[in-house]
Amino acid sequence: MRLRDEIRESTRIAWESLRSNKLRSGLTTLGVVIGIVTVTLMGTAINGINASFRQSISTLGADVLFVERFPWMAFEDWRVFRNRREITMQDAREVERLLTTAVAVAPQANDNGPVIYNHRRARGVWITGNTEKSLMIRGLSMAQGRWLTSTDVSAARPVCILGSYLAEGFFPHESPLGKKVRVNDANYEVIGVIEKLGNFFGGWNQDNQVIIPVTRFPQDIRPRPDYSIAIKAANPAMLPETIEEVRSILRRIRRVEPGRPDDFAINQQDVFVKFFMVFGGTIGLVGFFITGLSLIVGGIGIMNIMFVSVAERTKEIGVRKALGAKRRTILVQFLIEAATITLGAGLLGLGIAWPVTLAIDRFTSFAAQMSWWIVALALFVSVATGVVAGFIPALRASRMNPVDALRAD
Amino acid sequence: MSLIRIRGLARRYQMGADTVHALRGVSLDIARGEYLAIMGPSGSGKSTLMNLLGCLDSPSEGSYELNGKDVARMTDNELANIRNGEIGFVFQSFNLLPRSDALHNVELPLVYAGVPRTQRRIRAQEALDAVGLKDRVHHRPNELSGGQRQRVAIARALINRPSIILADEPTGNLDSKTGTEILALFEALSRRGNTIIVVTHEEEVAQQARRIVRIRDGLIAADEPTRAHAVGIESAPPVIHPPSA
Repeated sequence: MRLRDEIRESTRIAWESLRSNKLRSGLTTLGVVIGIVTVTLMGTAINGINASFRQSISTLGADVLFVERFPWMAFEDWRVFRNRREITMQDAREVERLLTTAVAVAPQANDNGPVIYNHRRARGVWITGNTEKSLMIRGLSMAQGRWLTSTDVSAARPVCILGSYLAEGFFPHESPLGKKVRVNDANYEVIGVIEKLGNFFGGWNQDNQVIIPVTRFPQDIRPRPDYSIAIKAANPAMLPETIEEVRSILRRIRRVEPGRPDDFAINQQDVFVKFFMVFGGTIGLVGFFITGLSLIVGGIGIMNIMFVSVAERTKEIGVRKALGAKRRTILVQFLIEAATITLGAGLLGLGIAWPVTLAIDRFTSFAAQMSWWIVALALFVSVATGVVAGFIPALRASRMNPVDALRAD
Repeated sequence: MSLIRIRGLARRYQMGADTVHALRGVSLDIARGEYLAIMGPSGSGKSTLMNLLGCLDSPSEGSYELNGKDVARMTDNELANIRNGEIGFVFQSFNLLPRSDALHNVELPLVYAGVPRTQRRIRAQEALDAVGLKDRVHHRPNELSGGQRQRVAIARALINRPSIILADEPTGNLDSKTGTEILALFEALSRRGNTIIVVTHEEEVAQQARRIVRIRDGLIAADEPTRAHAVGIESAPPVIHPPSA
């Protein structure tokens, strides 16, 4: 028997069997449909997380180090870090003076506070103290106006640069340049607006930001700010050497005794990447495992229904064997029947998951992405489920003795 | 040379601790073109003999040559090929696929033989014509009468131009008038040179054949020609022509 005819005949049998048992097939299929929907949504979620992670992490810069009091990711006890001394402006100046393997060093400070223009008030704005070098280190670009100059910084001028969210909110119909806004109750002149940055990890709005000279921070925002030192390495390939140099300079200027641990942390985006790889990878595995379980449940349903189908059609199997069907033919027939059911379930599952993905993407801040590999994976998984679940019933059918099968009712 | 040559054919079944001797050593020769009836009460072993003749089962002992091929020791797949090519089955309960139309039922053996689709369609159509069901091609079994169903089954049995037509109680589920029609069809097929083996427990059915083999307790009790087989033929419907064989 030729394969093409075999497949056509089997598909026809499968179709007729499904049609004559609509409700039963539908209910059985439901398990696999749910399985495929969850697997697909899991895939789109992981896809979306990856995409938003890549986008978020790019705003940190691969070759930028951040010297701070605390590490970004710490798995030790918090008390280890609690008594560390602050990073001071003096530390930043010394690092800048001594460091040889960096193109730019800038102290920066962060806080939250209100920003007011006329009667409009923005709460919880991210207030950032920067220097003239921060533009390059942070990889920002200007949408309007100019960045801080070295004079702005050294003279601690009351000038500020707005994030696009604030600029749009305060000045929907006019240019913000030259306008006075109140940052934490002090007057600042707007000199520029930065390009839109988007959300960091899908949550925190980076455009709700105002940038002032770091030198004004102690006076207007917080008396003793906890500075961090942003360092752009001269050569990204030699980042480890730069880290070593920064460490030795800091230990010296902060007088850390030999043998004692650092009383500062050198952070880089790398920790996010590592964290993400471990954390995201684990979440992905667990997620696929859990969704995989639902598929297994669906598969068991398929196996069950295939056993029923084989038992019901024992006589038919006998007739087919009497007419010359070989074991393989019967095996393939039932495998195709099972795979047809699950492929149908897979298509249905995709049909449900697709609009759900679009809705999630559209109506939530979470970026869900459907892609061709998810579609391919879902269809492959659905067919594989059918073949695996259908195998034992199909084998049983194929091994039936024609005499016994014909005798069945 | 005989079409079928059986020597010392035996079949034993294991029923728990007991061994059932269904067939205890049967020897039989059947020539091409014969019309033969196998008779016997239930439990006599006639069904076992039919299963062995039809290559649905393998003997415990003895030899069976069909058309010069030793089928007693064949594998499952080889037996499937023999069933497909050499034997046309007609069952008591018709055994048509309920969800397929007459045409598809008839072409099924050709599907398993690997005959291309268009050719299959043509031959199945011809076979249905030959049993007088030209206008029932796309009817499903439940849309056909008992006699019509058995005709579809006969068309299916003939489609592969088999060496033997093996009929198991072919009139058992039919009223006597329809049964007579089916027997007339067998008569016509026999006259066209087909080899027909009918397994039955009805004397009237057996008397249609030229030869009767009587089985009792797993052995051949008698092997004799029938009386003149004139009953019912003249009153039968117009002779139906089998497909070009």
